[in-house]
Amino acid sequence: MRQLEVLEGKMGLIEGRFEPNIIVTSTDAIFNWARSRSIWPLTFGLACCAIEMMATNASRFDLDRFGIFPRPTPRQSDCLLISGTVTAKMGERLVTLYEQMSEPRYVISMGSCANSGGPYCDHGYHVIKGVDQILPVDVYIPGCPPRPEALIDGFLKLRDLIMKETIAKPSA
Amino acid sequence: MTIPEIFNILQEKFPEAELVLEENNPDPIIRAKCEAIADISLLLRDDPDFSFDSLMCLSGVETVEEFQTVYHLYSMLHNHKVTLRAGGTKEEELIVPTVSHIWPTADWHERESFDLFGIKYTDHPDPRRILLPDDWVGYPLRKDYEPQKTWHKIPLTAIDYKEEDNGDES
Repeated sequence: MRQLEVLEGKMGLIEGRFEPNIIVTSTDAIFNWARSRSIWPLTFGLACCAIEMMATNASRFDLDRFGIFPRPTPRQSDCLLISGTVTAKMGERLVTLYEQMSEPRYVISMGSCANSGGPYCDHGYHVIKGVDQILPVDVYIPGCPPRPEALIDGFLKLRDLIMKETIAKPSA
Repeated sequence: MTIPEIFNILQEKFPEAELVLEENNPDPIIRAKCEAIADISLLLRDDPDFSFDSLMCLSGVETVEEFQTVYHLYSMLHNHKVTLRAGGTKEEELIVPTVSHIWPTADWHERESFDLFGIKYTDHPDPRRILLPDDWVGYPLRKDYEPQKTWHKIPLTAIDYKEEDNGDES
């Protein structure tokens, strides 16, 4: 109440309220900063890579310190983390999930199965040999499964990628 | 009760089931005609001397000569086990009566062995594929299975990067 009394009679509410501390920057810089510091991946565990993903999200590796926080729905996610073996049946659903995400959207392919089919490459009759055959992948993380450090590194690579975005020519 | 004892009793009760005791296994296996499987199973479950109340596993098998369905039964009351086998040559479809009304466990096991081996189960309450999509072509665990190249326009083959590289160089 006291503040309002002080403001009475002034031209606007904001005027004179703050120190001169406004930062001028470009839209690209502020958007990319915001997007890269709050990558929200879709909770989508497919195989043993999902166990490493859970470990990375949990307190020991703490992905939340990078602003990375799993979301339960594709409508709220910026990043599709494909953690595991993609079968033909799941591939169809994966494309649906990707299409439900709002732009800009990014795809991380985690582990050998998602990258290339891995151990199922020769004889897996129902496995998609490389998820990049159905989705545009931004970051590949090798490993079977990758350690949490590798997953964190993948997210940091994605962060660098987002920092290079420009609204004049969006790539994702 | 030992397996030869069970076999002798079954042979008395089902003289037309073409029962054979396969003794070349560590645990002998009772082989029966496909059509008799459901009747034998019902007796094995309901007779108080047998009371096989648990179907531990139902498996599809492909050998060199034939397709088979193998039933591993266990009695929690008497702590005895028995294995049943029904088979048919590869030239014709293997059709076996369902035992899902006797042991509900068999429902999904039979669907799986239909999904992967193409063994048909008559009177099954829900005779669909269980793991693969409904419109999948072929039965993948058969030796002569040819994998599909694509399914619903989704590619299922690996990209041959070597060939692509050669194309770029020339």
